[in-house]
Amino acid sequence: MAEPPQPRRPSVVAPAAPAPTERFAARTAAMTASEIRALFAVASRPEVVSLAGGMPNLAALPLDSLAVEVADLVARDGQVALQYGSAQGVPALREQICEVMALEGIRADPDDVVVTVGSQMALDLVTRIFCDPGDVVLAEGPSYVGALGSFAAYQARVVHVAMDEHGLVPELLRSALHTLAQQGITPKFLYTIPNFHNPAGVTMAVDRRAEVLEICARHGVAVVEDNPYGLLGFTGRVYPALRSLDRDVVYLGSFSKTFASGLRVGWALAPPAVRDRLVLAAESATLCPPSLNQMIVSRYLAGHDWRSQIKTFTEAYRDRRDAMLHALETYLPDGCTWNVPDGGFYVWLTVPEGIDTKAMLPRAVTARVAYASGTGFYADGLGSSQLRLSYCYPTPERITEGVRRLAGVLEAELDVMRTFGTPARPAVGPTPSRNGPQAPSPHTP
Amino acid sequence: MAAVSERTVAVLAGGISHEREVSLRSGRRLASALRGVGLEVREWDVDASLVGRLRTDPPDAVAIALHGGEGENGSVQAVLELLGVPFVGTPARACRRAWDKPSAKAELARAGLDTPDWIALPHTTFRALGAQAVLDAMIDRLGLPLMLKPDQGGSALGAQVVTDRAELPAAMVSTLAYADTVLAERFVRGVEVAMSVIEDGDGPRVLPPVEVDVVGGVYDYMARYTPGAATFHCPARLGSAVLATLEEAALAAHRLLGLRDVSRTDAVVDADGRVQILEVNVSPGLTETSLLPIAVRAAGADLGVVYAALVERAVARG
Repeated sequence: MAEPPQPRRPSVVAPAAPAPTERFAARTAAMTASEIRALFAVASRPEVVSLAGGMPNLAALPLDSLAVEVADLVARDGQVALQYGSAQGVPALREQICEVMALEGIRADPDDVVVTVGSQMALDLVTRIFCDPGDVVLAEGPSYVGALGSFAAYQARVVHVAMDEHGLVPELLRSALHTLAQQGITPKFLYTIPNFHNPAGVTMAVDRRAEVLEICARHGVAVVEDNPYGLLGFTGRVYPALRSLDRDVVYLGSFSKTFASGLRVGWALAPPAVRDRLVLAAESATLCPPSLNQMIVSRYLAGHDWRSQIKTFTEAYRDRRDAMLHALETYLPDGCTWNVPDGGFYVWLTVPEGIDTKAMLPRAVTARVAYASGTGFYADGLGSSQLRLSYCYPTPERITEGVRRLAGVLEAELDVMRTFGTPARPAVGPTPSRNGPQAPSPHTP
Repeated sequence: MAAVSERTVAVLAGGISHEREVSLRSGRRLASALRGVGLEVREWDVDASLVGRLRTDPPDAVAIALHGGEGENGSVQAVLELLGVPFVGTPARACRRAWDKPSAKAELARAGLDTPDWIALPHTTFRALGAQAVLDAMIDRLGLPLMLKPDQGGSALGAQVVTDRAELPAAMVSTLAYADTVLAERFVRGVEVAMSVIEDGDGPRVLPPVEVDVVGGVYDYMARYTPGAATFHCPARLGSAVLATLEEAALAAHRLLGLRDVSRTDAVVDADGRVQILEVNVSPGLTETSLLPIAVRAAGADLGVVYAALVERAVARG
């Protein structure tokens, strides 16, 4: 046996990182490395069929003509395109955005549009101007992971309201508001994705829309409508935006799914008082959205048949959706259920009882298939029995192969669960430290 | 013979293991360090293009910054040996032995080096013999808490501490998501220390041991790769006799397992001052929060200079 430890001697403290880490704001405490994020790095390899990310399929874009347009734009208008611009966005684009929104029944004044760096920035700004730490935000359960990230960044508390196959359930919204009211809490806003929901894939029934608005109005709760997928329906039907029914709704839109996600151009349409605050918040965040990118979008809308392009996109997405649904029917084991989306990018899958989709992800990555586990879409720890499958990016053949692999992963996980008679242990909780206070330490002579 | 500064090195990083992200970070750090001392560096992922690149654009040597899977189990090393490409690191056969944690522990124990008692079993054994009876026997032997790890792999992925008998079956399911075989190990309380061994001169030498201090938790993936989540003391705040024992253990493990150029041995020093080896790494992490770079810095050395010397050694081996 080794000799007993010696008295402590001076040592060099080599911190893992520079001292600034000790000065991070408390609200960033959850921004840490994670095993799940690490596993997603593997999903970028071509051997892996990634059904995880929601990357739009840009293959159908007319890249050659776009290249000519962009070159011409810089040659003709470079002095403007490469210069700072208005914090609210390029006026011509804001007018065109109103034309796009008109397809969903929205009558809007370009002066009420604020162009943002993707609708994600609009979401960030909306949360910033409405939420103090501890404020409550209502969101569908599950909800968009990026929205939950924004809410968490501003230390808002999310209360989820469940959906059924027709979207947000008004009765449950009423009930949630009633419960909160009993606690003296009025949520700052309801965040909803009414069309082709991310991640749930469902669409809010038209007859529920007015009811949801009426419930929120009665309780003094603002409504934030996030609608990146509204024009990507497979049946040709376009649903009326909530904003088309109520001018007080804050509407978030995006060109990421209908044109090019890499340009990062989105917008918020808001009542004047909210708009003014959004513009001021945007100024402090970015000064202005990128002029060049806005002008590219503007040129595209003016010079291309963008409606036909959206039709081309949706036809491709419909083919992929069909491939995924067929593969799910063909390969998945008993006990799996899923929705049939009629637009957008996602299928929301419920796995056989007991499987924890987050704990199962390493097995999936080993089998060269990736998905988004359900817990990421809830702020309250639910979702372990669900996962989101994206059909937007892989080809139909790859989707089929990915689902086939996923089926094998589910079977293997069920096999291990049967062996041990239990589901997987969820995310590792508090564990004893090797050098925690309860441990006798060799530091102590 | 080319001067050191004219060497061309291919840094291999990425791969398709669970540790791809960590590897990419290690690779970028290593590439930057080598460029910093004047070497020409190419950064290559390990994919179907690798063999072609090695043939058409052969570097003077390869430096492996891969973690997990092919990069540590000897597969990539075997291909490099097959192609006759000099590389920094452990030969393929020794990699295979060191990479498999149960095999490495058995070899260490046979040689009289302390390592926490362990049992390694595949899922199929639990299924065939009945999980509960085997788990009961496991707890009877190892006690609680115990440590579960995948039998292969690093970065603490899939590793977890089990404190309660009732938690064990579910923890087994979680760890088996990373590998088909689980290594259950007696949990040793004490000070976690990592010793890096390098062969940049005459024979292997041990860099100052790095003590890992994670308050309130185990040294898991989050603690490893979140700057500030762990504090490191180098050299470890231990007596000189214990430090000497640690260094002897690391050298012994390095030699015993046939490791070459660089390795890292992780150990725990228990309350009695006894050194117990947890595992040995043939491709130590080189990220901003990794242990080997901390030890290099504490030794007053430079990562680029150290690895440039290892590159020279690889080239000289041919």
